[in-house]
Amino acid sequence: MLAILDYKAGNQTSVRRALDHLGIENRITADSAVLEQADGIIFPGVGAAGQAMRELASRGLDAKLRELVASHKPLLGICVGCQILLDHCEENDTTTLGIIPGQCRLFNPAWTEEDGSSIRIPHMGWNRVTLKADCPLFKDIPAGAEFYFVHSYYPAPDPEYVIGETRYGETFCSVHGRPGLWAVQFHPEKSGTPGLTLLRNFHDYCLEARNA
Amino acid sequence: MLSRRIIPCLDVRDGKLTKGVKFKDNVDIGDPVETARHYYEEGADEIVFYDITASSEGRGIFLDVVERVASQIFIPFSVGGGLSTVADMRAVLLAGAEKCSVNSGAVKNPGIISEGAAAFGAQCVVLGMDVKRVPKSAQIPSGFEVVIHGGRKYTGMDALAWARRAESLGAGEICLNSIDADGTKDGYDLELTRLVSESVRIPVIASGGAGNPQHMADAFTKGKASAALIASIVHYGEYSIRQIKEHIAGQGVPMRMVW
Repeated sequence: MLAILDYKAGNQTSVRRALDHLGIENRITADSAVLEQADGIIFPGVGAAGQAMRELASRGLDAKLRELVASHKPLLGICVGCQILLDHCEENDTTTLGIIPGQCRLFNPAWTEEDGSSIRIPHMGWNRVTLKADCPLFKDIPAGAEFYFVHSYYPAPDPEYVIGETRYGETFCSVHGRPGLWAVQFHPEKSGTPGLTLLRNFHDYCLEARNA
Repeated sequence: MLSRRIIPCLDVRDGKLTKGVKFKDNVDIGDPVETARHYYEEGADEIVFYDITASSEGRGIFLDVVERVASQIFIPFSVGGGLSTVADMRAVLLAGAEKCSVNSGAVKNPGIISEGAAAFGAQCVVLGMDVKRVPKSAQIPSGFEVVIHGGRKYTGMDALAWARRAESLGAGEICLNSIDADGTKDGYDLELTRLVSESVRIPVIASGGAGNPQHMADAFTKGKASAALIASIVHYGEYSIRQIKEHIAGQGVPMRMVW
């Protein structure tokens, strides 16, 4: 069973629909006992980092997430859930969870695309991910697959945590983490077959980790 | 590089497609969920549902359609038609849509844009604009006027000014429909598309007039659009979405080709 973290700041229901479609048992929850019992946790999110942090803190979920990650519970952060694993976000100068070292920065409107046009913010639509390190989440996903992004801020973790990169005017990190703790800036639940494959791969990893 | 998007648009009344949809294969004609799934599998980058239901009963049927779509289709989709309050927007978002499109409701009450953006995030709020060419004047310096009620009512607002205002109010995207080009199959109004695209920093979706894949390529290269809305040219099976995308990608426009 995968737990989808419920902190009223997210896209829990679209993640749930995608997992239901894949036949993966899941629960939307903020209950510590359920989180501990889960084979893995999906940490979704849309909206602003500050609001997300306030919701987490008000439920004591910030400390709980740090504890679960320290005990090697597999975790997948999505979008804002990817950004707030870092130390700090420029959005309203927000201190975030500090689980992965790094910053979250606003896209620079002066960046230009390859055709010379200025980038539009938010970065909204389909874009590619170039892997910089092996990652089991991308098993069976064809090269050239694209994922759906909607965001104005991008993660900039310490270089050793960069797993995948995307080009939007300049190159930014779109996948970061380490084995068992991953964060994707795009929305796998809205990225067609490649996104569904990524979610299934995460679930497969969680089952292997549980049985190891 | 960000891919340009191809977005089929489905008009729904009382839970059924209003324009007949004919594919080469066996899609159940008239069922918006089956049709949407067909486009999803064919490589559509996003789907728009436009509810033209008048009754509250039809409205409930439509929300049921949205929920069924959301459980089967794992790309973004937006919903428009008759949304005039934040509560209307919340209902379609809760049913599973990513975005909601406000059109005449925003002309009457521009505050719905900022209220929607504050409640759900700017990325959820699409401003739909219907535009007609008019003589240039002090009031309409661009020569493009915003209209409502399917083009029957002029608003006295310049399209470029309204686009910029909507952006400042918090719209995340603009869906720009040329009433003059709509239904002609002669191509998008490229001048209008380019003027609006260059007036704002949010994405602009070109709409109205697509008759062949080159029209869409032109919307991207000449009109500077981020996305192109299509209806009849795919509904009647003249072109598949893959054919359209291959044609456009052949001209160096970034397209999502693997799905």
